Amino acid sequence: MKKLQLIIKREFLAKIRNKSFIVMTFLSPLLMVGMGALVYFLMQKNDDKIKKIVFVDDSGLFTKLDFKDTKTVKYVDYTALGVDLTKEKVQKGTYYGALLIPKQDSLELLAKSVVFYSKKSPNLSLVKSLENRISRKIRNQKLNNLGIDLQKIKASKIKTVIKMFNFSGEQSSKTKKWLKIGLGALAGYLLMMFVMIYGTSVMRSVIEEKTSRIIEVIVSSVKPFQLMLGKIIGNATAGLLQFCIWGVFLLIILTVASAIFGVDILEMQKARFSEEQLQVMKNVTVGANEQLMMQEILELPILKMFVLFLFYFLGGFMLYSSLFAAVGAAVDNETDTQQFTFPIMIPLILAVYVGFATVSNDPHGTIAVLFSYIPFTSPIVMLMRVPFGVSWVELLVSMLILIATFMLMVWLAAKIYRVGILMYGKKASYKDMYKWIKYKG
Amino acid sequence: MDNLLEITNVVKKYGNFTALNNVSLQIPKGSVYGLLGPNGAGKTSLIRIINQITKPDSGTVFLDGEALEPQHVEQIGYLPEERGLYKSMKVGEQALYLAQLKGLSKNEAKKRLKYWFDKFDIAAWWDKKIEELSKGMAQKVQFIVTVLHQPKLLIFDEPFSGFDPINAQLIAQEILELRDKGATIIFSTHRMESVEEMCDEIALINKSNKILDGKLTDIKSAYKTNTFQVGLKTDFSTEVTNTLKENFEVFPADFKLLNNELTLNVKLTNGATTNDLLGYITTKGSVQHFVEILPSANDIFIQAIRENS
Repeated sequence: MKKLQLIIKREFLAKIRNKSFIVMTFLSPLLMVGMGALVYFLMQKNDDKIKKIVFVDDSGLFTKLDFKDTKTVKYVDYTALGVDLTKEKVQKGTYYGALLIPKQDSLELLAKSVVFYSKKSPNLSLVKSLENRISRKIRNQKLNNLGIDLQKIKASKIKTVIKMFNFSGEQSSKTKKWLKIGLGALAGYLLMMFVMIYGTSVMRSVIEEKTSRIIEVIVSSVKPFQLMLGKIIGNATAGLLQFCIWGVFLLIILTVASAIFGVDILEMQKARFSEEQLQVMKNVTVGANEQLMMQEILELPILKMFVLFLFYFLGGFMLYSSLFAAVGAAVDNETDTQQFTFPIMIPLILAVYVGFATVSNDPHGTIAVLFSYIPFTSPIVMLMRVPFGVSWVELLVSMLILIATFMLMVWLAAKIYRVGILMYGKKASYKDMYKWIKYKG
Repeated sequence: MDNLLEITNVVKKYGNFTALNNVSLQIPKGSVYGLLGPNGAGKTSLIRIINQITKPDSGTVFLDGEALEPQHVEQIGYLPEERGLYKSMKVGEQALYLAQLKGLSKNEAKKRLKYWFDKFDIAAWWDKKIEELSKGMAQKVQFIVTVLHQPKLLIFDEPFSGFDPINAQLIAQEILELRDKGATIIFSTHRMESVEEMCDEIALINKSNKILDGKLTDIKSAYKTNTFQVGLKTDFSTEVTNTLKENFEVFPADFKLLNNELTLNVKLTNGATTNDLLGYITTKGSVQHFVEILPSANDIFIQAIRENS
C-alpha cells in the first residue's frame, strides 16, 4: 500500500507540475469565457450598423406606421419619388435596400408581388421581419374586408402555458428543460474530454517509462499492476483537482452573478419560490427574466450532478485509462498509438452523439436508457439524463455494471501491460496482445 | 547455508518459445557470479525471474533459504541492461523516490544518498534534471540507486555500458568493495576481460540451457590444453624444433620476444610433464620465456558454445 501511495504521489506531482496542466486549469476557463464574450461581441458588431431601407408603396395600403424604426433598421418613405428614381437613388446612395410594393387588384396578388432590391444579398432575418410586417398588414386588411372586427379578435387571444410537473412534485418549464439539456450535455461533453485528455496522459506516461527505460528498474521494486494502478489513480486525482478548481471558479461566478441579479443562492437551494412570487417577479421586476433564469439554474440538482459527475468520471476514467495504459505498454512510441486509440475513442464519441440525439428528445426513451447502462457509454449518457431525474434504482444498476466492467478491464489491461512494458523495439498487434493475456505469471 | 541463491529446475516458456529449460544454479554468498551467454540465451529471463518481474512456469528459487516472496525485492538491487531514469525529474527527488520504492524511509534514504553523492563527487547535481546530465553522469546516479538500499543480492546486467574506462574502473572497484562488505553479486556481461577481472564463479547459458558452471579457476583448469609458450636462446633452432615435434605437439608461436629467440607453442601430450619439456630445452640453450597458456574466459565461452551447438 505504501508503494502504491508513493507511485500515486509521483504521478500526481508529475502531472500537476506539467506546464500544460497549469495552463489548462487556469487559462481554459478564461479562454472559454473570453471566446463566449468574443462571439457575443462579434454578433453584436455584426448587427450594429443601422440599416436604412426605403419603401415605395404604390398600393396605398401601407403607411410609415407599418414600418416603425427599430434599433438597427430605419425606414424612409420614398413613395413620392416613384420606383425608377428610388432604385437609382438607392444604388448610388448609402441605403441598404429598397422595398417596392406595387399596386395590385387583389390582396392575394399583392402578397406575391412585393419586391426587395438590395446591393448585397440581404440579411435573412431582416427579410423575414419585412415579410411579417407585410403579411400582418395584408391579413388585417383582409379580415377587415370580410367584416371581422379586429378588436374582437385581439380580445379573443389567450395565451396558454402548460405547466409541467413530474411525480416528485418538481415543476418544470420549457426554459428549464433547455437548461437541463444544456447542463447534461455540458457535463457529458466535459466527461468525454476529461477521459480523453487524462486517458491519453496515462498512455503517454506509460510510453515515457518505456522509452526512458526506467520501467525495468521500477518493476523490480513494485508489481506492474501496482504501477499501472498508481498511474491511473494519480492521473485521476490530478483530473479531480482540476475539476474542483473549475468547480470553485463556477461557484464564484454563480455567486457574483446571483449578487448582480439579486437572487440569494442559499435561499434558493433551501426553498423554492412560491407561484405567486414567481408571477410577481415575472411581471414586476426589472431584469426578471435573468432572475428567473438564475433561479432555475439554481434549482437544478447541481450537488447531485456534481457527485455523480465525480463518480462517473472516476468510473469511466478507470475503464478507459486502463485501456489506454495497455495501449501505451503495447507500443514503443506515440506515433504508433493511433491504430489502437481510435477504437477506444469510438464509444466515447458515440456516447456523446447518442446522448445529444436521444436525451434531448426523450431523456427516458429506450435508447437513452440502454446507453446509460452500457458501461462504455453510460458515464456520458447517464450524466446527460441525470438533470431530468433518474431513479436511484437505475443509477445503481448503471453504476454497478460500470464498476464490474472496469474491474474486469483493469485486470485484462494489467495482463497486457505487464508483458508489454518489457517489450522493446517492436509494435505489438492485437494478436500479440491476446497472447500476452494468456501468459502465465 | 553457503548459497545465497538456489535456483532449481526453472522452466520459463513464452507461448511456444522456451526461454529457460530446466536451469539450476547455486550462487555462493559473497561471490561475484558471472552469468554469461550469447544474446537471447535466456539470461534476462532468468534475471527477471530472480527479480520477480516474471514467474517461472515451474522450478523454485530460494533466496537465503527462503522461497521468493514479494517482500524479497527489498533485498535485491537490480541494474538492468535496458535502464534509464525519468528524464524530467530531478536527480535527488528521483533517487529518493526509487529508494523509497525499495523500502527505505525518506530520512534514511537522504542520509545514504548524501554519502554516495559525496563519494562520487556529484552532490551538485541534486537539483538537476536527468535530461541535463550526460549519459555517464546518469549512469552514476543509476548505480547509486541500485546499491543504496544495501541489498544482499546485487544483479548487474552489463554494468559498464555507458561508462568511459575511468568510470568503468571506478564502478568495478565499487562492485568488488560491495562484495567484500558481504553482498553477493550476479554479473552479466559480454565483456570477457571484466569477467576475468571480477568473477569468482561463472555460469554459461546457451539456447535456454545451462551448459557450464562452477569456479572460474576450476573451469579454466578443465579447459586448459597443457600448452606452453616457449622462448629459447639457442644456436640449434632447427634441431630443437624437430626434437620437440617428435615428442610433443608444436604450433607456431602466438607471442613475440625482444631478440631473435626461438619461439614456439608446445602442447604436452601422452602424459608428459613440464619437467620433461624443461629438462630437454635447458640443455639446448637458455630459457627466456616459459608460460602456460591458460584459456581466457573468452576462449572458454567460444569453445563451450561451439561444442554445445
